[in-house]
Amino acid sequence: MAVQVLIPTPLQKFTNDETSVTLEAASVDGLLQALEVRYPGILVRLCDEKGMLRRFLNVYVNSEDIRFLENQATSLGDGDEVSIVPAVAGG
Amino acid sequence: MVPLHVAAVTTTLSRSTFTGLRCKECGQGYEAGARHVCEDVCFGPLEVAYDYEAIKARVSRATIEAGPVSIWRYRDFLPIEGDPIDVGTGFTPLLRANRLARRLGLKRLYIKNDGVNMPTLSFKDRVVSVALTRARELGFSTVSCASTGNLANSTAAIAAHAGLECCVFIPSDLELGKVLGTLIYNPTLMAVKGNYDQVNRLCSEVANTYGWGFVNINLRPYYSEGSKTLGYEVIEQLGWQLPDHIVAPLASGSLFTKIRKGFDEFIKVGLVDEKPVRFSGAQAKGCSPIAQAFAEGRDFITPVKPNTIAKSIAIGNPADGPYAIDIANRTGGSIAAVSDDDIIDGIKLLAETEGVFTETAGGTTIAVLKQLVEQGKIDPEETTVAYITGNGLKTTEAIASSIGEPFLIEAQLDSFNAAWERAQSLQRASWDNVG
Repeated sequence: MAVQVLIPTPLQKFTNDETSVTLEAASVDGLLQALEVRYPGILVRLCDEKGMLRRFLNVYVNSEDIRFLENQATSLGDGDEVSIVPAVAGG
Repeated sequence: MVPLHVAAVTTTLSRSTFTGLRCKECGQGYEAGARHVCEDVCFGPLEVAYDYEAIKARVSRATIEAGPVSIWRYRDFLPIEGDPIDVGTGFTPLLRANRLARRLGLKRLYIKNDGVNMPTLSFKDRVVSVALTRARELGFSTVSCASTGNLANSTAAIAAHAGLECCVFIPSDLELGKVLGTLIYNPTLMAVKGNYDQVNRLCSEVANTYGWGFVNINLRPYYSEGSKTLGYEVIEQLGWQLPDHIVAPLASGSLFTKIRKGFDEFIKVGLVDEKPVRFSGAQAKGCSPIAQAFAEGRDFITPVKPNTIAKSIAIGNPADGPYAIDIANRTGGSIAAVSDDDIIDGIKLLAETEGVFTETAGGTTIAVLKQLVEQGKIDPEETTVAYITGNGLKTTEAIASSIGEPFLIEAQLDSFNAAWERAQSLQRASWDNVG
């Protein structure tokens, strides 16, 4: 499953300034692992010691917040777009 | 994206009272550039750090009182280095609301009326004045934001005043007043087919590749500090005292946490005597992720999809929600939600008793204030301040079908007499219904 991942500015130093990368993964959890394989050190930024996404990070699959889907177990299909977005204020 | 000259800017920080940025979660320090998350450790939100000893040495009640009649009388507590963009923002009226207090059964109620803030009639002028001052210092020529309406108005207006390019993003279903109140300043306005949370996500993605200053993204640490002035002003306007209880609307939760920070800072530098202040928050039932978490005793937010007339506070994924819950719990306050009908009643109640026409967020605050009094969660003896953050003329659609109509009459005395008689009988009928 080739998935496109949009990389937020604070993580682009791990991805050689790439703003989006393509990876093979079948779920959000799988994608997090695939990111770590390609960009060692990135996982500890994204997840806590239990492997849960940090609470100030939002992850979207095809524009939908994964908390409205199956969280980190959300499955991914070919051509899906995953966006990693740090929380922001506003209104 | 961090502009190249940030290093040069940070070397001149000795002139100001802020020392850099610090992660609110883990304490990691950062230079005072355009960044908002703890990218080296935990992705927590960054906050501005200050040298409070320096502030204490420089500031007194007298120096503040001698300052400009705007938020910039508190500039030593704000994260800027040079001259501010001063468009007269802040120092809005703190109104003693005796008629509303009597109606609700309170003894000392005040309305902090940011519906008449300058230049765009909402509290957002405070945060944007700070954010755009800092944006200019950091060398940005284009500024942007994701907005539920008020922030778009303010960013577009103050960018126009400062001569900055502006591109703002809003949900496409906003009230006409908020759309026109942005377009008039001639920014590039993107009306996004989606709710605020979707707009925010899109903006974050745009921020990844465009080197703009997004007031609520990469400038957020500076932006959010502007809300502290709502805490400072209330202290000063109460005669250098803290209130006993405050009620404020909750959208992202940022305002709530910054009013608290404002109170804490004035205590820390000795400008006001410490005492407990209860913090209560107001949400609309159609978008109440913070109130739901509070009611269920959770310290994490489960996002929701908004469906309420209170569009200015319709944030389903509130970034500072956990902090707002913590403050309400620690201070013995509450977080409650009210229906859209209650919100309209709240708007009308404030208008009829105090002559203040607020928008839906203010209606939410007044409706929650009423609910908390009825539930005994606000003591009638408490000095209570309700924060009204926006102006009703921007959201007329919300109340258009819930208020009376004018009597259409001929320009003749007979016509007036007949209409007046009818008006009196309608008023009697309305009183009979109440009775």
